[in-house]
Amino acid sequence: MKIGYYPGCSLHGTARELDESLRAVSAALGVHLQEVEDWSCCGATSGHATDHLLSVALAARNLALAEAQGMDQVLAPCAACFSRLASARHEARNDAEIREKLPELLGLPFTNTVAVRNLVDLLRGLAPEIKAKATKPLQGMKVACYYGCLLVRPPEVADFDDPEQPTSMEEVVKAAGGTPVTWNHRMDCCGGAFSLSRTGSVIRLGRAILDDARTAGADAIAVACPMCHSNLDFRQSAMALRGEAPMPIFFLTELVGLALGLEPKALGIRRHFVSAAPLLERQCAAGKGVS
Amino acid sequence: MAGETRFRPHDVMRMVQRDQRARLLADDSIWLCLTCETCTARCPNGLDPARVVDALRELSMTEAPGRIPKAIAAFHRSFLEEVKRTGRMGEFGLVLRYKLRTGQFMKDVGAVPSMVRRGKLKPLAPSIKGVKGVRRIFEKCAEARRANGQEEVRP
Repeated sequence: MKIGYYPGCSLHGTARELDESLRAVSAALGVHLQEVEDWSCCGATSGHATDHLLSVALAARNLALAEAQGMDQVLAPCAACFSRLASARHEARNDAEIREKLPELLGLPFTNTVAVRNLVDLLRGLAPEIKAKATKPLQGMKVACYYGCLLVRPPEVADFDDPEQPTSMEEVVKAAGGTPVTWNHRMDCCGGAFSLSRTGSVIRLGRAILDDARTAGADAIAVACPMCHSNLDFRQSAMALRGEAPMPIFFLTELVGLALGLEPKALGIRRHFVSAAPLLERQCAAGKGVS
Repeated sequence: MAGETRFRPHDVMRMVQRDQRARLLADDSIWLCLTCETCTARCPNGLDPARVVDALRELSMTEAPGRIPKAIAAFHRSFLEEVKRTGRMGEFGLVLRYKLRTGQFMKDVGAVPSMVRRGKLKPLAPSIKGVKGVRRIFEKCAEARRANGQEEVRP
């Protein structure tokens, strides 16, 4: 299978383990990622919070490039990039005025033919292969699947899973041999783009999510968004100071990679702020006990 | 974030219906919305409050720029400035610009060594090849705003 790949800016910086683990898992599952050449920022929060037209055009530039490079679908592993690209596609489809303006704004032809897919969507489609190739299944690791906001909302844009009771992340975790826990905060916001400008809000929102996952008995939280990861992982250092127990935060690709028998180092897991090592050692010991 | 705002999505919608623009724009509630899209996904009347809040923020930039919380305005400007310069959001450039704007030089400085150790901090990024195409988008959108009598987004 071949799919266009739009990494997005975070995957070249603080979320490089998402890029590393996605590439490793794709190779193991026979998915060929073709990177959109010369991609640019999707505009993210700052685009849509200040200028609607700018937010659509910045995202659409990447869809126009993908189109020119012969792609019919593009994977955006960051949930925020996914939402911006999918919004641009949605706007161009439903708003004739914007649709007509776009080629002139971009200086590129744009016919809106490229479908936008998120990471969970891709992995759910590969669940049977993941299960078949899982040489080191997760030994029932209790995983709280965290969707956050933009993978499923707004439903018309995301056009993915049930917007209130999604199940696809849980399906992927099960295929990898993990046990999804039932919990309440899986669709709540992590604080998104406020990491710098309202850090206190991010810690408050993050703490509620982490507390709920702990109450549900989770060993770890799975995410599919660089901002969710940073807000729950990096910002946990502020909570650790108050004696709150550490909770490892994995990208969904990392959990799948572990199940496929890939080395934690190749998946970038050592880059986390909250170390996953104690949990992985327990897993390893449990694995030996079973066999 | 509704817990930290004075006006919640249903308040905002009602105030828009009653044309209480001045009251809305004089408050920072619209700038504290994180666009989690929950209100839009659940609106029993099929409305789209998240888009309304975005539109109000655009109005606020022209009509009440002084009411935008300083840290949030600094973040958006720094972000868009970095994208306009290189075509992408370099985190290092974003944080640097943000610190210069807010004077919060010490914020998160303690995390720098651990960021470097994890390979998460990259120096200033070079521009993409097509950065002129990205700047063209910024300029065309600024033109459109001027034509509408709106304050342009000035990254």
